[in-house]
Amino acid sequence: MQRCIPMLRMMFLGLFVFTGISSVALAADGATGSKNTVHEFTLKNGLKLLVKEDHRAPVVVSQIWYKVGSSYEHNGTTGVSHVLEHMMFKGTKKHGPGEFSKIIAENGGRENAFTGRDYTAYFQQLEKSRLPISFELEADRMRNLTLPADQFKKELAVVIEERRMRTEDKPDALVYEKFNAAAWVSSPYHQPIIGWMNDLHNLKVGDLRPWYARWYAPNNATLVVAGDVKADDVLKLAKKYFADIPPSDLQPLKPRIEAPQKGPRRITVRVPAKLPYLLMGYKVPVLKTAKQDWEPYALEVLAGIISGGNSARFPKELVRKQQIAVSADAGYNLYARQADLFLLDATPAAGHSVAELEKAILAQLQRLKDQPVTTQELARIKAQVVAGKVYERDSIFYQAMQMGTLETVGLGWQRMDEYADKVRAITAEQVQQVAKKYLRENSLTVAVLEPQPLAKTPVASHSH
Amino acid sequence: MSVVNRIRILVISFVLLSLNQVAVSAESAPRIQTWKTDNGAKVLYVYAPQLPMVDLRIVFDAGSARDGKQAGLANMTSTMLSKGAGDWDTDALAERFDSVGAVFSTSAMRDMASLSLRSLNDQKLLDKAVLTLQTVLTQPRFDNKELARMRRQMLIALKAQLQSPGAIANKMFYRALYGRHPYASPSLGTKDSIKTITRKDLRAFYKRYYVAGNALIAIVGDVDLRQAKQLANKLIGKLPKGQPAPALAPVAALKKAEVLRKTYPSTQTHVLVGQPGLRRGDADYFALYVGNHILGGSGFGSRIMKEIREKRGLAYSSYSYFIPMRGLGPFQMGLQTSNDQRDEALALLNKILRNFIKEGPTEKEMQQAIKNITGGFPLRIDSNKDIIGYIAMIGFYDLPLNYLETFNANVEAVTAAKVQDAFRRRIHPDRLVTVLVGGNAPQKNVK
Repeated sequence: MQRCIPMLRMMFLGLFVFTGISSVALAADGATGSKNTVHEFTLKNGLKLLVKEDHRAPVVVSQIWYKVGSSYEHNGTTGVSHVLEHMMFKGTKKHGPGEFSKIIAENGGRENAFTGRDYTAYFQQLEKSRLPISFELEADRMRNLTLPADQFKKELAVVIEERRMRTEDKPDALVYEKFNAAAWVSSPYHQPIIGWMNDLHNLKVGDLRPWYARWYAPNNATLVVAGDVKADDVLKLAKKYFADIPPSDLQPLKPRIEAPQKGPRRITVRVPAKLPYLLMGYKVPVLKTAKQDWEPYALEVLAGIISGGNSARFPKELVRKQQIAVSADAGYNLYARQADLFLLDATPAAGHSVAELEKAILAQLQRLKDQPVTTQELARIKAQVVAGKVYERDSIFYQAMQMGTLETVGLGWQRMDEYADKVRAITAEQVQQVAKKYLRENSLTVAVLEPQPLAKTPVASHSH
Repeated sequence: MSVVNRIRILVISFVLLSLNQVAVSAESAPRIQTWKTDNGAKVLYVYAPQLPMVDLRIVFDAGSARDGKQAGLANMTSTMLSKGAGDWDTDALAERFDSVGAVFSTSAMRDMASLSLRSLNDQKLLDKAVLTLQTVLTQPRFDNKELARMRRQMLIALKAQLQSPGAIANKMFYRALYGRHPYASPSLGTKDSIKTITRKDLRAFYKRYYVAGNALIAIVGDVDLRQAKQLANKLIGKLPKGQPAPALAPVAALKKAEVLRKTYPSTQTHVLVGQPGLRRGDADYFALYVGNHILGGSGFGSRIMKEIREKRGLAYSSYSYFIPMRGLGPFQMGLQTSNDQRDEALALLNKILRNFIKEGPTEKEMQQAIKNITGGFPLRIDSNKDIIGYIAMIGFYDLPLNYLETFNANVEAVTAAKVQDAFRRRIHPDRLVTVLVGGNAPQKNVK
């Protein structure tokens, strides 16, 4: 949830997986940690409620997760989920534009929202007695958004500026966007979360209305509450505010499965920049799609072996020993809704080409296919997982995020508790097996940034 | 973790620090205990038994303000601490931390150079992590080969900044704000200065500043007072007492307005406007903090966000903040907007500031701001991560130990008149630095 600065209405732009890997690898239930006690309820209208009691501090976080995101969208109106997320702050019949934020602020709260490929979520963090305020407002905007045209026009301009800031003017982010578009042909992971610029320019408020009506319903939502609360009290509150909202008639999503890749794909991105950049991805299963449940956990361990910590293989071999890279990482998200990519990204050290770097990375991958990882390496991953399970309890927000993600992609929050045991059960042979099975050239996509000169840029200065 | 990535993260956490950690306060503030080690290091400790883990942070007054003539020296010293120490090379040190699930990092900002460790409190695991940290602290090798590698890494990190219009603007901003003051020194150094940094320079910097008399140790976690005392002694007991770093020269006020422009092939122009602003422990601290909350420090609902984003859709991010430091840290307003909207957005930003100073906040704005800040107090200290950030800051800047307990009362004591008075005395709209980095657009009349 990487640190979207003072970022209001933030959005996850895939690149966070690279920094996220260590925290994912560190997220587990350890011997030193206690079991999670999550209370699960379902209201009659289909709203799912998950409550995690945590009495360390007199605070509460409330998050509502909708099963909709960029992977639900279609070409021509990409970005509609994220624009709608912005518009969720622009007023209902009862509360005018901006009032939601104002009420939360007056109550000492923090609030925001984020859109991903597989979800859209809204959250408030408050002193514990103020939870009803958040429920009242959130229940109101689940159905009663007004979507005024003048507000839409301004907010769309904001989103276009957001796209310029996050993607257009950032060389690595541009590469990532074009890389996904090349790697995925028929899977909706082809589309950027924020949407294509063309689609944004042509988006109408009329495109938002059916999207809102279709997805913003109690039977398409999960309400996650964590903090200094009692589960039964939260259930009573949830019933009070959400029980009267009628469910929608939700049609099942049509599958949009990627057409099989029949050979490696390569793209080059030429933009003004100073540093070359290499991004590689192999098609891999995730927990949702895996025929064998252990495989995603083996891929998770594989990512940890490659770059989970400063003693992992890439920093040790590529950055320090061969000194061919200044940075090199692996990333994998086992909780995606659809089959995903096992990612590798790297920046070459001065005097080395991207081609040399790619060769060195491939040699490292070959080694993982040829030889089992060492006992010491596996022990390290397991120690990190045990510790990480304790560390993550320092943030109730993070715990709520995990529950919300798992529930929203259809895996169920219980997977959170299984994580550590599943990771610890992985053997060196299994890591070798997934490396052999999935890190194959025929399912590889490679993107290379070829920096183009920045124009001559003198500094002009004057005083007045 | 790569240098390039790490630096991006550092920059971001710095901003967060200024937004979140500026404020704190009352009801159930954690109980802080403090003492000095035998060799003179100050320790601040909070007992937090809820989770079986411990956070340690050692902070030296050894940030880039101490670079002297070699920009980047403080950062390089901090980075090199974990690149070989005692009997262990870089690989062995990394392996020692990773093998016990500990999370270790170093950072160097303008004032502070910090080493941070998070570990389980299991005795065997913690002992190994602490011994490693102690070695890093007391026996760094400053190995020549590793130095050569890190120099090359830093040059790449500098190049990475050159492909970010935001980073370019930020460097220009600091240079213009601080002129010859040490705060002007770019933390990563420059292409030329990095090449001049030798092992001898690192050793001299380390010997001068990494001493107990210049150190602050913060401890939060499931360790009792006796264990905390042992930890502090173990970590730092072997460092010489040394001397605290000398006082920095005062930051000079800007004498005139200055506009700096740089063309960059981006679709947006990054706009920064500001001046030297606020010290930690400043007499005007709370008036400026609450005032800025209203001006542009609180996101939605703040004047800048309302006018720039909500009413006109000119930018995604627009803000103002103070970064309080040992000396006058920056007061900064900023936004990014399409090149063709640059002049309109800049004029508006300046107008908002002038109006705010001229008219002051309304009573309603004051009430809302105070309610938001004080009502959110429990959120500021709801994790060990938050608490260690606060106590490190309190200890490093010699703020009163009851800073957290009195925070809400201090905020509530601020009035509209005090905000206006403080802004009038401290912020000078006719003597601001303006930095514009972005694509060429015809220049309109900027007033």
